[in-house]
Amino acid sequence: MIRSVRRLAVVLGVLLVAVLANLTYLQYFAAADLRAQAGNSRVLLDEYSRQRGPILLGSVAIASSIPTQDQLKYLRQYSNGPLYAPATGFYSVVYGATGIERTENSVLSGSDDRFFVDRVQQLFAGRGVQGGAVRLTLDPKAQKAAYDGLAGRTGAVVAIDPRTGAILAMATSPSFDPNLLSSHDPAKIRAAYDKYSADPNQPLTNRPLTMTLPPGSTFKLVTAAAALETGRYTTTTVVPGPASLKLPNTTKELNNWSGTACGPGGKTTFENALAISCNTAFASIGLDVGADALRAQADKFGFDQSFEVPLRAATSRYPADPDLPQTAMSAIGQFDVTASALQMAVVGAGIANNGQVMSPYLVAQTLSPELQVLQNAEPVAFSQAMSPANAATLLGMMVTVVDAGTGSNARISGVSVGGKTGTAQTAPGKPPHAWFVGVAPATPGQAQVAVAVVLQNGGGAAEISGNKLAAPIAKAVMEAVLGR
Amino acid sequence: MSAVVTTPSVSRYRQPTRRGAEVGLLLLAFVVGAAAYVQVDLAILGHLASDTVPVLLAIAALLLLAHVAVRFLATYADPVIVPAVAALNILGLAMIHRLDLAEAQRAARNGGVAPSPDVYTQLTWTALGIVLFVAVLVVVKDHRSLQRYTYTAMFAGLVLLLLPLAPGIGAEINGARLWLRLGGLSFQPGEIAKILLTIFFAGYLTVTRDSLALVRTKIMGIEFPRGRDMGPLFVAWFISLGVLVFERDLGTSLLFFGLFVSLLYIATQRRSWLVLGAVLFITGAVFAYLAFGHVRLRVDVWLHPFADEADSSYQIAQSLYGFASGGMFGSGLGQGYPQLVPYAKSDFIVAAFGEELGLIGLMAMLVLYGIVVERGLRTAIACRDVFGTLLAAGLSISLGLQVFVVVGGVSRLIPLTGLTTPFLAQGGSSLVANWIAIGLLIRVSDAARRPDAERVSLEDAPTQVVSL
Repeated sequence: MIRSVRRLAVVLGVLLVAVLANLTYLQYFAAADLRAQAGNSRVLLDEYSRQRGPILLGSVAIASSIPTQDQLKYLRQYSNGPLYAPATGFYSVVYGATGIERTENSVLSGSDDRFFVDRVQQLFAGRGVQGGAVRLTLDPKAQKAAYDGLAGRTGAVVAIDPRTGAILAMATSPSFDPNLLSSHDPAKIRAAYDKYSADPNQPLTNRPLTMTLPPGSTFKLVTAAAALETGRYTTTTVVPGPASLKLPNTTKELNNWSGTACGPGGKTTFENALAISCNTAFASIGLDVGADALRAQADKFGFDQSFEVPLRAATSRYPADPDLPQTAMSAIGQFDVTASALQMAVVGAGIANNGQVMSPYLVAQTLSPELQVLQNAEPVAFSQAMSPANAATLLGMMVTVVDAGTGSNARISGVSVGGKTGTAQTAPGKPPHAWFVGVAPATPGQAQVAVAVVLQNGGGAAEISGNKLAAPIAKAVMEAVLGR
Repeated sequence: MSAVVTTPSVSRYRQPTRRGAEVGLLLLAFVVGAAAYVQVDLAILGHLASDTVPVLLAIAALLLLAHVAVRFLATYADPVIVPAVAALNILGLAMIHRLDLAEAQRAARNGGVAPSPDVYTQLTWTALGIVLFVAVLVVVKDHRSLQRYTYTAMFAGLVLLLLPLAPGIGAEINGARLWLRLGGLSFQPGEIAKILLTIFFAGYLTVTRDSLALVRTKIMGIEFPRGRDMGPLFVAWFISLGVLVFERDLGTSLLFFGLFVSLLYIATQRRSWLVLGAVLFITGAVFAYLAFGHVRLRVDVWLHPFADEADSSYQIAQSLYGFASGGMFGSGLGQGYPQLVPYAKSDFIVAAFGEELGLIGLMAMLVLYGIVVERGLRTAIACRDVFGTLLAAGLSISLGLQVFVVVGGVSRLIPLTGLTTPFLAQGGSSLVANWIAIGLLIRVSDAARRPDAERVSLEDAPTQVVSL
């Protein structure tokens, strides 16, 4: 009998090993897949059981988690939701996270590897795991000026510090309230989300970064940069500026907004062409410089690739293979050229910063739960878009635009301001998009702010709308940054 | 003449009782269990619950009682078995306490009144279980006396097994008709039946093993038992099929049949019984699958645990999520979400441990079961009489099979069944029955390890024990 008992002991041993092997599979090899399954609510509960770190501007929290009594132990609150929504995003039980809440989730949730020591300490101290904090580069005054300026319109504003690339303002209008999407009541969240989604003005769209539109005449900055970089243009170079220009290989004619020539005898100077935003002049300059040089210049400013700030911006485009008429139209920011507000602010910033384009960024610092600095943002040069000398020349031309040209509404007394207006035509019958790109103070390498404003289908019928509608907003934002 | 009295070298050797080792191990079991209990409080409440100290003192007193009883009533018994099951029992209490706190928190969130803690009920059943464990040691002086009750045990066991089918007192809970309900109390008689039938199997096979083993007929070159000797095997098969069909419980069915076939094999040492048993079991299982919707559903859920996650496979899916989120090291007691699995205190308590103690903690607990089974089988081998061997082996094997069926079920190694996890799961009948089984095992173990010198005195007793 002993032998058969021993054999059965072996059988039971095999059963034990089978159970242990199965558990090893389940808890080790298959665990990651099972944790990621949609039906598993533990991951979500886990994330909500920790106090998520705040999103800070200076020392003020614009997003923070407060303890609650329900099963999801912390509620995310946004102190000024719609104002900062394009930056913070939302943190939703139903729709996940967007914005900084998503891109900086590992820090905010406390799951970042750099918190390992903190986690061990918290474990032994018996405290729950806490998330770290993220400090943004936004300037509260500039952000407010941008948001207030957009009130009642559909559009976006981006302001950048040209010297570093730090984003000082990114506002959208209409905006949404992330508090409504970050509550703990799925039914209310769904209702709010459905309402926002159904809104034709698309409040959930992150306009400053992801909405790309034809930049219109603000793109003449890029064309001008390309022209200067050829070495064949100075401010006084005489360029053709007839009332209308016959486009090559077609019967089409390109007209100036005014319907008149840009100067006596259909000629004008390079500087004046920019100042009065002469379409026929820049179309001819574009044809003279060529599509390849225009594209190369645009790409140096960041077109045809996307910035990650760390939110991913949409790619601004210069058309891939334009023919001659298309090249002419592209040179004045029409045809298939598209740009985001971020991109046009980057163009202004590059010109103001001696031609050096700094990569735009939104996160100034990440901090541990004890608010010790984990990482400071380090400004990174994206490219040298043009020579410092040419950049200084172009900056001077931008000042002329404001002082003596189409950008008069951006003037700030006591400060030299550079700028460029734009009015981009869209579909026939629809109002054009009104643009303005501004920099101040317009001193090479010392500009404190570059700003781009776009009002979607916001303008009147003429070139003046960029100056009339967009320039005052840009002015307000620049004043806020300069402390005026 | 020397005045020195020489003692014979034989009697100078004293079989160690190992009671000291048992005290040490019991202390370890208590410390581990109490630490778990305290950790639950600290993790969830941040401080000790007001009743934690009294509960732990009560547990300590019960362990002391068990130890004193073994020391005086079963001096030579195995020193590992009681501490191992005690550790499991306390861990079970800690987990039930942990889930009580989760329920109380939930009630507080919803503004309701916290349900009365289940840990008190479980502690009361633990106390009853240990008292009955002691009672077994007091009443059953020699396990061989149980052989006299072979057929009584069979009759009582079958009645208990089939009692839930009786109208009026039988009750169906969660689809299995395994319960008796009298007044407010519900009881699972199958648990006690398991012990009675083990006694019957052991007694019956002690008597009939020779004819079962020796008289053979040859079919296709393989020796098989005579038809008439196979009768009891078929009876057992039909009964276990009956359990499967009428009480809808796959686990109990598998357990009884597996136990009987194993004991047949031990008693006769003929592997043909295993072959016959396996063939019968597979036939029965296929038949049950084809004929009964509830069996098919169990198998479907086993094969496709995420196909109907919202309904029929909700339990197993939640259980698997629990295991997975526990991972290697577990979330730590009180820091996971075992309450998301339905019946986390009873059927799915293993998933709760898997989530909070992780693979490593759960493995340690399963190895504890393995140790108890191994010590039980060792007792069976060391036992000097056939009945004792079969009884000890039967009790150990049923424990081992039950743990396999339960843990395999909740971790989707095999289809889910309605068996409870011995010593861990909430449920009085299971706890009490398992402590009684451990009492019997300790009794046999004491006899097996008792030195011959002390056995003689037993045979000199005025009332002679019939030795077999």
